[in-house]
Amino acid sequence: MTKFVRSWLGIAATTATLAFGGGQALAQKELVFGLQCDRTGPTATVGVNLCPGYHDYIALVNSKGGVEGFKIKVLEVDNEYKVPPAMEAHERFKKEGAVLEGLFGTASTMALTKKLEEDKILGTSPGFGTASAADGKRFPYTFPIAASYWSQAGAAVAFAKERLGGNLKGKKIAYLFYDNPAGKEPLPILEDLAKSEGFEMRTFAVPAPGVEMGAQILDITGRFKPDFIITHLFGRSPSVSIKELKGKGFPLSKVVAFVWGSAEADIIAAGGMAVAEGYNGIQFAGVGKDFQVIKDIEAMYKAQGKPVPKELDSTVYYNRGVFIAAMHTEAVRNAIKVKGGAAPTSEEVKKGMEAIKGFTLGGLVPPMEITAADHEGGGWVQIWTVKGGKLVRDKDWFQGYREIIKKHLAAEASKS
Amino acid sequence: MFHRESGVFKTTYRADMALYPLPIAKWTVGVLALIFIVIVPLTVHEYYLSILNLIFIAIVGALGLNILVGYTGQISIGHAAFMSVGAYTAANLAVRLGLPFWITLPAGGMMAAVIGVIVGMPSLRIKGLYLAIATLAGQLIIEWTINHVPAISGGAQASIQVERPSLFGVSFNTQGHLYFFLLFFAVLAIVATLNLVRSRIGRAFVAVRDQDIAAEIIGIDIYRYKLMAFAISSFYAGVCGVLYTYYFGIANYEQFQLIVSIDYLAMIIIGGLGSVLGSILGAVFVTLLPIVIRILMENIGSLFFTGAEMANVISGLRLGVFGGLIIFFLIVEPEGLNRLWRNIRSYFRVWPFSY
Repeated sequence: MTKFVRSWLGIAATTATLAFGGGQALAQKELVFGLQCDRTGPTATVGVNLCPGYHDYIALVNSKGGVEGFKIKVLEVDNEYKVPPAMEAHERFKKEGAVLEGLFGTASTMALTKKLEEDKILGTSPGFGTASAADGKRFPYTFPIAASYWSQAGAAVAFAKERLGGNLKGKKIAYLFYDNPAGKEPLPILEDLAKSEGFEMRTFAVPAPGVEMGAQILDITGRFKPDFIITHLFGRSPSVSIKELKGKGFPLSKVVAFVWGSAEADIIAAGGMAVAEGYNGIQFAGVGKDFQVIKDIEAMYKAQGKPVPKELDSTVYYNRGVFIAAMHTEAVRNAIKVKGGAAPTSEEVKKGMEAIKGFTLGGLVPPMEITAADHEGGGWVQIWTVKGGKLVRDKDWFQGYREIIKKHLAAEASKS
Repeated sequence: MFHRESGVFKTTYRADMALYPLPIAKWTVGVLALIFIVIVPLTVHEYYLSILNLIFIAIVGALGLNILVGYTGQISIGHAAFMSVGAYTAANLAVRLGLPFWITLPAGGMMAAVIGVIVGMPSLRIKGLYLAIATLAGQLIIEWTINHVPAISGGAQASIQVERPSLFGVSFNTQGHLYFFLLFFAVLAIVATLNLVRSRIGRAFVAVRDQDIAAEIIGIDIYRYKLMAFAISSFYAGVCGVLYTYYFGIANYEQFQLIVSIDYLAMIIIGGLGSVLGSILGAVFVTLLPIVIRILMENIGSLFFTGAEMANVISGLRLGVFGGLIIFFLIVEPEGLNRLWRNIRSYFRVWPFSY
């Protein structure tokens, strides 16, 4: 065989592989993620910053060659925080072959819980849905993947204890909450802790839409005179609470807000960072731009010659979007690795999600460990405080009263 | 519905009020039945069935509201609250007593009817905008009660999970199964309403709407009929709530907040007040339009925008186009889609000799 013939045979073989094998591989190497979002409904303030974070992280992953060679295609549906469109969105994702989906909204998370189980597609609901969804045995396809309201309540009390000198005996704590199921959810935990830690707790409900709470704040600051305030508010109401407490002269350093009341937008709406000096917020994802992944996203925009979008400045919600996207890709990565590089099914992606451990993304993601039994991943949170015009990390990842949360989860599980 | 006759040949009231004005109408219904019972479920993808399912549920709710607002002229913005009454009644009965859907569904409707009569009582003394505020109060009271009474709501989360409905050992747990389940009740609601409005009760409703003093003078007990309108309308709403509960597998009061009442009012106003076909068209329009706009934008929009930008554009545009189209339709025909359809029909009745 001459050298000439041999080289031509080689080229022909390569071309054939590229044309058939390679072509096939290219066609298969795409995975679909479904993302529900709310950019126009009552929680639009969250959605407009969270969802771009999700898309940017996926774009970053794709620009680096995808997950284990698979490109990711995101389908987004704006459900306006309504339940029927959320069901339609889920069916759409299912039709397009999504391997997982991100849910948005407490009511729609609950309405889809059963459907997800029947269709065997996992849905993530960080900050939405019930605390008991952390129990992977009862809700196999719902993944809160972030600290539930119960875990947040535990963390808030632990933080109060630390701020009040390590002992809560005889202290008074006020719980200011939005009068809906989500607002009432942490009550059993707080009542339990009040007994075991020996503090006096009183609750103050704010009726929907939560923009008028003068009476409650007056009651808190004038009559109850607590040592610490825990707030659990949504939408416009966190900023109103900051303004009202500031107006009554209550030190904001003795206030801690749950995850939906601790974003830049809430503080700016209350009159700016300077007004809210000392205000504390619980976070389930890292805050700020001091992460390699955020710098990579900025670099990606610069490389494309586009300006960096303004959504990146709203770091609390934007980073949560990045966090959700990172968890999704990590679950898929685990599933692909187990399969040895083949496209995973939605059930395998679920197993991949349950294998997430030690994935921190440079500190943006807590040191969580998701297992088949614990879909919350341990309930890790950080506390960020307004200091000198910006949010500063006050307390690194920690779990508050984990045993008590576990006790309540077990009690819930035995009830059903 | 799709047939046309060349003129008006009716000589008796009976003929004028018949459910099938022409023999051919029976064929139309037969063809529609064939399409929806055989062809659609066999040929259409599950995704489209899920959209149809949502439309069926909306049709039941819209028909109920149209009986009250369109036929009887009593404005209500508490419709969603009656849905939640039905939903929680059925969920409690199904979970605590383990009752099957064919008991919980009418029970949910009945409970909603009872509450509806109570909320409707102010209608005996006030009307128009004043009544709207009274029903708004009803909506808020019911929401609050469900939120704060654990005996109803089943605990702090105010949500009760229910099993899928089953009949003769078959569980309706796919969109395909649920399609037949919901289609049955949607058809039942349509037929019941068609018959209701041509009965003595229906005519009394219309008389009350047009001029209640005149109605009273010709011997209609307006108190009785107003409350009956509230009861019937709330019964439909309750059933609609039960259907939502079985469809989602959960009763949750956040699905039935004030905004949902407004959505249903939008459906019947766009579709046409005081018409059965209008309720159906309105339910279809309001459910389908956002989806159609999104799918269109996803296909056309990619020419102008990149992926991530598009998501933002679609959301904003969808709201804008949705609002714009509602205004457009109501300017073209203030009496709604039903009237638009009738105009088209009467045009073709004499076509091509329209002079």
